[in-house]
Amino acid sequence: MPLPTARRAKRRGPRRFTSRDLAVIGVLLGIPILLELALIWGPTLASIGLSFTNWDGIGDIHWVGIDNYKTLFTDYPPFWPAVRNNLLWVAFLGLVATPFGLLLAVLLDKGVRFSRFYQSTLYMPVVLSLAIVGFIAQLVFSRDQGALNAILANKNDPVDWLGDPDLNIWMVLLAAAWRHTGYVMILYLAGLKSVDPSLKEAAAIDGASETQTFFRVVLPTLRPVNIIVGVITVIEALRAFDIVYAINHGRNGLELLSVLVTDNIIGEASRIGFGSAIAVVLLTVSLGFIVTYLVQELRGGKKG
Amino acid sequence: MAPSSSGHRISRRALLRGTAAGAGAVALPTLLTACGGPGNEVKIGSNASDAVPRKAFAEVFDAYEKKSDKKVKVNTVNHEAFQEGINRYLKGTPDDVFMWFAGYRMQFFAEQGQLAEISDLWKGFDGFSDALKAQSTGKDGKQYLVPYYYYPWAVFYRKSVFAQRGYEVPKTFDEFRALAKRMDKDGLDAIAFGDKDGWPAMGTFDYLNMRANGYDFHISLMGGKESWTDPKVRNVFDLWRGLMPYHQKGANGRTWQEAAQSLAQKKSGMAVFGLPHPGQQFSAADRDDLDFFPFPEIDSAYGQDAVEAPIDGFLLAKKSKRQKEGKELMKYLATPAAEEIYLKRDPNNIAVNDKASTSSYNALQKKAVDLVSNAKQISQFMDRDTRPDFASQVMIRAIQQFINKPNDIDSLTKDIESQKKTIFASD
Repeated sequence: MPLPTARRAKRRGPRRFTSRDLAVIGVLLGIPILLELALIWGPTLASIGLSFTNWDGIGDIHWVGIDNYKTLFTDYPPFWPAVRNNLLWVAFLGLVATPFGLLLAVLLDKGVRFSRFYQSTLYMPVVLSLAIVGFIAQLVFSRDQGALNAILANKNDPVDWLGDPDLNIWMVLLAAAWRHTGYVMILYLAGLKSVDPSLKEAAAIDGASETQTFFRVVLPTLRPVNIIVGVITVIEALRAFDIVYAINHGRNGLELLSVLVTDNIIGEASRIGFGSAIAVVLLTVSLGFIVTYLVQELRGGKKG
Repeated sequence: MAPSSSGHRISRRALLRGTAAGAGAVALPTLLTACGGPGNEVKIGSNASDAVPRKAFAEVFDAYEKKSDKKVKVNTVNHEAFQEGINRYLKGTPDDVFMWFAGYRMQFFAEQGQLAEISDLWKGFDGFSDALKAQSTGKDGKQYLVPYYYYPWAVFYRKSVFAQRGYEVPKTFDEFRALAKRMDKDGLDAIAFGDKDGWPAMGTFDYLNMRANGYDFHISLMGGKESWTDPKVRNVFDLWRGLMPYHQKGANGRTWQEAAQSLAQKKSGMAVFGLPHPGQQFSAADRDDLDFFPFPEIDSAYGQDAVEAPIDGFLLAKKSKRQKEGKELMKYLATPAAEEIYLKRDPNNIAVNDKASTSSYNALQKKAVDLVSNAKQISQFMDRDTRPDFASQVMIRAIQQFINKPNDIDSLTKDIESQKKTIFASD
């Protein structure tokens, strides 16, 4: 007897909202949903729609089917370099800059001398906008007047760090990593501070080496931080724009999808349809990462 | 400061653009439309955002206010932002009269019905050459532009370097090449060259094409009517390739300012530039040492007839409700007096009106006047003579690629041609 009653009571629970409650909930949920629809889904769907047209921003909108995509894949030379460079950003920041930031964080966490000093020095670039980092990179890497070539003193045959399309992407990645490393380091430092020292002690007592302790004990407990760092790294890589735009408008070896979108959409004779098609490609790439992340996140959640 | 040229992205500004572009583009239409006024007023949309031209224009408009009973209201917008927002500007509520460029870039908007015809004004104009009239005329044969000033392109050099080493000004391409070779032997970079901003090298292409194939072919090529795989175009790249060893290396990593500095420092011998460009990088003491000669002749059939001289001027918006007042102002701007006031303040350009006094000109300006007044045809610069999206999306990249790999002409021209077809077909 008591069982069905309890069930009924449970079922009845949610129904106890008065109509006023429902109105409040409706408004409070409705506003953000509307905003989300208008500000995020609206433009996204509009981009997808426009990517099938050849709209120039002024005239009539003509439907052209998948022509923009065909052109993009076959007859737009900067496209594939841009895709390649975007992936290179993800790989470089993810496999080089981020681990390096982690290494610095571990070293500083061990309490080397002057660690506060190093910490603030390494973090310093993070306060700079990437556009500024771009200007600084030009001062350093410029072929004729840059600091690096002056130091190398190779006057007769100076290296064209930013003009050589085989070389400049690496210089830019280096400059971007300069900033990214500090960012990652500070996140990991915060994480490392919160690792329970008794875990490390226990591992030491069990006879684990320092490396083993780090990879088997410390790193797994940093999981939440790892996820945040991973997300930030991917976002930074995909939204990269200002540094290459500051250096040479993202041309001659520094192409990125975000630059191509801007180039086509902003300007006198805008190719808004075509630019939208590139934006859709960028969206697809981003969705790939977002979905992977969410799936992992949900699986991880279940396990936990 | 250069009152800035066409797509001539002056690098310092271009750098700022990286961060400002987004915000500027969004804010522009609102800024431009946020002005209404009484009837006795003419509104001008100005892209003269640099200090020197801005002041110079202010004086011109002051003079007009004193002369007429009209008030002039100037809306100055950052040069780059103005260019980028021009579509939305004209679609929204543009000012009555606004600054813009001659040639294809004007015709483009005339064709879209955004500009008011001013052929009647032109009937009363005096002192404008036929070449100027052609550059102010739309594809429908009607006039739309009041030209104001221009700045020719030529090959710049230092008199003292030429005197010291006994170089002579070359007249033909062979002499030019021989001179470059000699400079190379003398340890100079023969031709200073910087194309990091993407546009400066276009001037060299334009001249090579006009000298080798003539003005008409050049304009027709720019208009999308010729094939880029035509042997004539391949020949232009081939001529250029032959000169490449004498160009400063690493041009894609060098701004035009740095190239001009190498000319000033006597590290390089010559450079293809527009009138406002090299002078800015020379110290005041050295400026008198700067000189130029017209781009050498390649085919005697075309000689040195064509001169590349971008023209800036004023247009009347079709949407303007003050057509009469707008035209009155434009009539004034076409007078020699109006140009003299401006050029006294900004000596980096020359007046378009033959009747304008040249007494305040420096030697270089006087020489520039000779150059353009003897020109049989005047071109505008690649990014003004063709569709802007073609120039910026295809040609900048193509020329930079050519600078990297000058030997791969066939695939380069094929690439340009197939992209050209897509872009020119989009209308």
